[in-house]
Amino acid sequence: MSDHTHDHPHPKQPDIEDAPFTRFQVMTEALAELLIEKDVVSADEFRAQLERMDAKSPADGARMVARAWVDPAFKERMLADVNAAAEELGLDAGHIPIRCVENTADVHNVIVCTLCSCYPRLLIGLPPDWYKSRAYRARTVKEPRAVLAEFGTEIADDVEVRVHDSTADLRYMVLPLRPAGTDGMGEADLAALVTRDSMIGVSRAKPAG
Amino acid sequence: MSRYAIGDKVRVRRAYPPGHVRTPSFIRGKQGVVDAIPGAYPNPEELAYGRPGTPAQPLYRVRFEQGEVWADYAGPAADSIVVDIYEHWLDPAGEAS
Repeated sequence: MSDHTHDHPHPKQPDIEDAPFTRFQVMTEALAELLIEKDVVSADEFRAQLERMDAKSPADGARMVARAWVDPAFKERMLADVNAAAEELGLDAGHIPIRCVENTADVHNVIVCTLCSCYPRLLIGLPPDWYKSRAYRARTVKEPRAVLAEFGTEIADDVEVRVHDSTADLRYMVLPLRPAGTDGMGEADLAALVTRDSMIGVSRAKPAG
Repeated sequence: MSRYAIGDKVRVRRAYPPGHVRTPSFIRGKQGVVDAIPGAYPNPEELAYGRPGTPAQPLYRVRFEQGEVWADYAGPAADSIVVDIYEHWLDPAGEAS
């Protein structure tokens, strides 16, 4: 901007290096350096894997949900084994077993990892920062309805709220309810209604139209 | 072979061992029902220290009523929480740990 003069101070925008360098960062960097130095992986392979993980989005998960909405047999296979069902669609869900929990008229599911931030990254991308926050992790198991309400999701009292704490070897995703008025919609249009948050369970799928 | 079957009532051990433990504190001592048995996995408490974690531990999806977990739970009685718990953390319900 041409009228922007510098007779006023700007607040300092901290650089990444301004935060303390933690023990875990030191260990991570040391491990990466060793793997590269010992030719276990190349620097470019290391970079490419980071790029691959960072590029993951909720799109693959949304595609699976849309297929499950239109194909009941696929839905059964997905509920039985998400990783195998992903492969059917040519998607790579990785080797960590993922379970899908289905929302119904009677049950609303929501996912949390109280111990850390376990999340089905290969199907729905990197977890949002709030998913990793202590507040979300502590409160979702204790007052899930209050947390859901803060996300704008009110659940009726005659619907069970079922929280899944992903503490161990499995990862979880929610199969949201198919929105009303979507009969006859194609899979691609349906997938556009499936958001990241609806697959975590803090919201519903977007309404049609 | 898993010790418990789907539908069995189990209680999480009220234990506080040191080290890398995957059983959240809030669920220890609580009673629930086996909802699913996804399989057996190397024991993470061993894996965390570079050991093989064998024999693999059966893993259970245990479902708890929220009213059992939190005495002051504010929501409807049907609300529940499902936690993944390894077999060595479970006792049959009714037995003290």
